[in-house]
Amino acid sequence: MVTVPAPSGSTTARPPALLVERLTKRFGDRSAFEELSFEVGWGEIFGFLGPNGAGKTSAVRVLSTLLPPTSGSAEVAGLALESGNETEIRRRVCVLTDYPGLYLKLSVRDNLEFFAGLYGLPRPQTQARIDECAAAVGIEDRLDDFAGSLSRGLLQRAGIARALLPEPGLLFLDEPTTGLDPVAATDVREIVSGLRLRGTTVFLTTHRLDEAESLCDRVAIVNTRLVSVGTPAEIKARIFPRALEVRLREALPDPAAVFGSVDGVSGWRNGRGTGVYIVDAGDPEAVAPVVARAVVESGAALLRLTQVERSLEDAYLELVEGER
Amino acid sequence: MSSRVLVVIRKEFREYRRNRFILVTMAGLPIVLLALLVAETFALPAGASEATLRRPVGEALLFLQLIPVMLPTTIAAYAVMGEREQRTLETVLTTPVTDRELLAGKMIAAVIPAVVIAWLLFGVYVGLAEIFAPQVVLEQIWTVDQAVAMALLAPALAGFGIVVGVLVSLRSSDFRVAQQLAVLASAPVIGFVALITFRVLDPSVGLYAAAAAVVFLMDAVFWNVGVRLFSRERLLTARAAR
Repeated sequence: MVTVPAPSGSTTARPPALLVERLTKRFGDRSAFEELSFEVGWGEIFGFLGPNGAGKTSAVRVLSTLLPPTSGSAEVAGLALESGNETEIRRRVCVLTDYPGLYLKLSVRDNLEFFAGLYGLPRPQTQARIDECAAAVGIEDRLDDFAGSLSRGLLQRAGIARALLPEPGLLFLDEPTTGLDPVAATDVREIVSGLRLRGTTVFLTTHRLDEAESLCDRVAIVNTRLVSVGTPAEIKARIFPRALEVRLREALPDPAAVFGSVDGVSGWRNGRGTGVYIVDAGDPEAVAPVVARAVVESGAALLRLTQVERSLEDAYLELVEGER
Repeated sequence: MSSRVLVVIRKEFREYRRNRFILVTMAGLPIVLLALLVAETFALPAGASEATLRRPVGEALLFLQLIPVMLPTTIAAYAVMGEREQRTLETVLTTPVTDRELLAGKMIAAVIPAVVIAWLLFGVYVGLAEIFAPQVVLEQIWTVDQAVAMALLAPALAGFGIVVGVLVSLRSSDFRVAQQLAVLASAPVIGFVALITFRVLDPSVGLYAAAAAVVFLMDAVFWNVGVRLFSRERLLTARAAR
């Protein structure tokens, strides 16, 4: 299998943040994921999408050295994923799961001090770093509260502050908005989006396709195996041909005569409702005026002409359903 | 000692202070035991024979040696299990802390209070005996071999309680089960200590020193077994497998 490279814009002379080749993890006879190959460039927000049981969390655990791979290879933050490198890899990456993993009976500050110590932050700089990370996620006024007294959303923010402490080059976020209310989820998404400005590479697993589409530079869709990888736009274009939706007051008596005569139209079909047509065109922007002219010249009343917009969710469902 | 071990120890102490169960165990159990020891031995007649003293004094000395086994067993059983129950284990394991550092931090954090409490309890008990107990009782309690037992055997037994507690905790899925199994696993060592305190084996400095050496050796062996058994994969996937 060929490794899918990160886009040229995000690669530098450095090795990629993640280089995964034919990586496989099995638990006994059960396969968590198989033959995954992809690349993530530094500074990217990379989405890792798939249904329940697709191997997303297992992949994060393997790439963050919590679990050993069964076969295949990977480079994580410039280091080979192999025995002996685990501690150094863990120094360079951070992981935040759907549960923040903080000690509820300790204050947020005590929690952050503990994790700062585990990452080896020098003690004189620890307090300043804690204040900086807490401010970055908007919990600077809650540092002395017990973690257990925080709402789920604030707790997740504290978890992000914890993950930012060592200034990781690569941050794994495993479904960070699961269980959060819409407001808290939006807050977390804004923080993740802000990480791009700090130059942090983010490997984001999520069920929320709208989240992935709005946040991620590129996404991989997995269902124990890699199904597709690319920018959301590329994935959508691979699944759905670009098209125009033509809405008329009445159905055309001979649509083939109207649409077939337009250069650049590769096909057409009926859409939902009377007088609605989906016209496939490689370059919808260029073809749209010509289609409009052809429709008007045929004597039909044109109500609306729009480019068909597909969401990443449409593409995901098409791909994952196709896998079943 | 690695700085990360110190970081783990500091965090454990902070958690103990906030954990009512551990606080009650660490403070309550010694107070109850001290009351029992005082009631059992201080009311003995001043002219009691050695045969009369053997059982109550033997029990008292056994209780004193039980403290360093019982306390850390409870704390250590909570060490890994508590992290799992709080869902903090995965987060900790994603940091650069090594298995050895994490276990060492947790074990040292458990052994320090256990040994300090055992020594304090012994000191208070001897102090009270000086004031309130008959001389024959004091002569049985405050001896060179008892001082050696507390100085050497108590830390060794505390270490044993901890490594056994952590070993069980690593393989167990429930805190209470882990705690009970850990106490059960300590039974042979406790039985051996009972043989000495009840004078089935004649207590002496040499015997206590030898016993401490053997228990320290067992601590080292079980410590290495614990480090080898520390399987991140098992700890992280056990919840899903249940």
